[in-house]
Amino acid sequence: MIDAGIIDGFLGAAVRIATPLLLAALGEMLSERGGVINLGVEGAMLTGALAAAIGASAGGTWTGLAASVVAGLLLASIFALAAIGARADQIIAGTATTLLAVGVTGAVYQAAFGSAGAGLTLPTLGASPIPGLAKVPLAGPALFNQPVTTYIALLAVPLCWWFLFRTRTGLALRAVGESPEHARAAGVPVRRLQFAATLTGGAFAGLAGGTLVLAQVGTFAERMTAGRGFIAIAIVVLGRWHPVGVLAASLLFGAATALQFVFQAMGLAVPYQLFLMLPYVLTLLLLAGLVGGVKAPAALGRPAD
Amino acid sequence: MRADSRVAGILLPVASLGAGLAVLAIFFTLSGYDPAAALGAMFRGAFGSWYAFSSGTLVRAVPLMLIALGFTLGLRAGVLNIGGEGQFYLGAIAATWIGLKLGSWPGVIAIPVMLAVAFVAGAAWVAVPAWLRLRFGVLEVISTLLLNFVAETLVSFMVQGPLQESQHIYPQSDQLPTAVRLPVLPGTRLHLGIVLALSCCVLAWYVFRRTMIGFELRAVGRGPRAARVTGGLRVERIGAGALLVSGALAGLAGGVEVGGVSYALYPNLSPGYGFTAIAVALLARQSPVGIVVSAILFGALEAGAGAMQRDAGVPPVAVYVAEAVTILAVLLADAVSSRRRDVVSA
Repeated sequence: MIDAGIIDGFLGAAVRIATPLLLAALGEMLSERGGVINLGVEGAMLTGALAAAIGASAGGTWTGLAASVVAGLLLASIFALAAIGARADQIIAGTATTLLAVGVTGAVYQAAFGSAGAGLTLPTLGASPIPGLAKVPLAGPALFNQPVTTYIALLAVPLCWWFLFRTRTGLALRAVGESPEHARAAGVPVRRLQFAATLTGGAFAGLAGGTLVLAQVGTFAERMTAGRGFIAIAIVVLGRWHPVGVLAASLLFGAATALQFVFQAMGLAVPYQLFLMLPYVLTLLLLAGLVGGVKAPAALGRPAD
Repeated sequence: MRADSRVAGILLPVASLGAGLAVLAIFFTLSGYDPAAALGAMFRGAFGSWYAFSSGTLVRAVPLMLIALGFTLGLRAGVLNIGGEGQFYLGAIAATWIGLKLGSWPGVIAIPVMLAVAFVAGAAWVAVPAWLRLRFGVLEVISTLLLNFVAETLVSFMVQGPLQESQHIYPQSDQLPTAVRLPVLPGTRLHLGIVLALSCCVLAWYVFRRTMIGFELRAVGRGPRAARVTGGLRVERIGAGALLVSGALAGLAGGVEVGGVSYALYPNLSPGYGFTAIAVALLARQSPVGIVVSAILFGALEAGAGAMQRDAGVPPVAVYVAEAVTILAVLLADAVSSRRRDVVSA
C-alpha cells in the first residue's frame, strides 16, 4: 500500500530535486532566447556548487549562495568572451568551459578541504514553511515547506515570463535570437544583449549549483553536478523555451528522479542503476516525442556579427 | 602565402598548448600548489624515460587518437559527437563480455573478433542519437552528451551484475583470458593498439584526401545547403553515417583499452578520454597527421597527471584546466585569424 506519507515525501523530493534544474534551465532559456546555447551551464553549476561550499563553511549559507552566484557569473563570462566576444563555436566553447570548471573545482576543492574523499559537512538551508499555505493537503508541503531557494526558483518563473513577453528588452532579446541581422537593423545592441543574457544565465546556473549543495546534498564532491546542467539544456527544449514549459519539464524530471524513493519505500527490488539512468533516458524519449514541431530560436548557435 | 599558413598551422597549436600549460601553472600558484613541482612531475611522468614515454604517454595516446579521429570525422560532416566517453564505455563493455567467452580461441582470431564487437557496440550506441537526429531532429549534441551518463551507469550495473568477477566482491569484471590480450612491446606496456590507431589515422588521411567520400564529407561540412542543392548530396544521411563511424571508433578505443591495458572492465576506466579527445581533434585542426601529434601531446598530459598526483599531490583532474584553455586558445586564434581574412578580402 502507498500511504499519504510516501506521497508527501515523493512530492516534496520531486520539488526539491527540480529546484536546481529549474534555476539552471531558466537561465539557459534566457541565453538561448538570445540565440546563444551555453553548454558551459554544467560547468557554471559545478563552480557555483564549490563556491557555495567554500562560502558556506566560511560565512554561513547566505554567503554560500552569494558566492555561488558570483562563481556562475565568472564562468559564464569566460564562455561569453569566447562564444560571443570572439564568435567561436558555441558548442565547443561551452564544452571547454565545462572542462575548465571540472579541473578548477577538482583542484581547488582538494586545496581548500584537504584530500578528496574526506567528508565535508556544511551548514544547510532548512525548510522555511510558508504559514498557512504549507498546510494545504498534497501541494502544500511539497511547494511551500521547502528551502528558500525553491521559492526563489518558483518566483523566477513569472519574472522571466514578464521580462521576455512584457518588456521592451525582452522583446529585443527574442528578436536577437530569431534574427540578429534584423534586430541590429532595428537598432538593437545585439551582442550586448547576448552578453547580458548569457551572464544572467550563468548567475542562475551558479545559484543552481549552490542550491544543490546547500539545500539538497549538504556537501561537495568532484563532478557532483553529474550532467544536471546538460539535463537543464534538454529541459529548455522540452519546455519549448517558455518559462511555464520549463517549470513543467523541471517538475517532471524531479518526479522521475524521486520515483526511486517511492519504489524503495514499496520494497521493490530493482537495481538502483536503473533509477540513476531514468532521468537521462526519459529526457531522450521526451525529446524524441515532443521536439517535432517545436521551433528553437532561429539563430540559436549561430554567432552574431 | 602558403608557407605562411603552414607556419601558422604549426605555430598556432603550439602556442595554444603553451597557453594551456601557462594558465595551469598560474592556476597552481593561485590555488596553493607548487607549480614547479607539479609541472616537473608531469614532465617526468610523460617524457622522463623510455618506459614513461612508451608505457605512459603512448599508451594513453592510443584511445585519444581513435576517439579524436571519430570526432574529426563528425566535424567534417557537420555533426558534433560529444558522446565519445559513452561510446568508449560501450565498446569496453562489449569487448569484456565477448573477450571472457573467447579464452579457448587462438589469439589471431579472438582479438579481431573482440575488437570488431567493440567497434559495432560503439556504433550501436551512437545509432540512437543518429536516429533521433534523422527522424526527429533532436540535436546530437544533447543526445550524445546524455548517453554518456547512461553508459557510465551501465558500466556500474555490469560490474555489479552480469559481468561481476566470480567472487562477487569487487565492482569489476574477471580478468580477460590471455588469448584476447593484445601483444605488448617487450619491456614496456605499449600494446598493438598503437599500430591500429596509427593505421586508422593513415586510412583517414587517405579517405579525406583521395576519395569521393572525403570530398562529400568536406562539401557537407562546409556548406550543407550548397551540398544538397548543387551537389545532390543526401546531407542528413552523410551526417548520420559520419556519426556512426565516429561512435564505432570510440567503441573500438574502449575495446583496445580493455584488451591492451586494463584486461578487465571497471568504472572510471577512462580518465575522460572522450572529452580530452575533443581537445586533441581541435588542436589537430581536423588533420589526421595532426591528430597523431596532438594525441601524443595530450597522452603526455594524461600520463603526467598520474605522476603529478603521486609526486606533488595534485588531483589529476587539474589537467582539464590545461586542456580547456588549449581549446579556448585554439578557438580564439581561429576567430582572430578568420576576422583578419575577412578584413583582407573586404
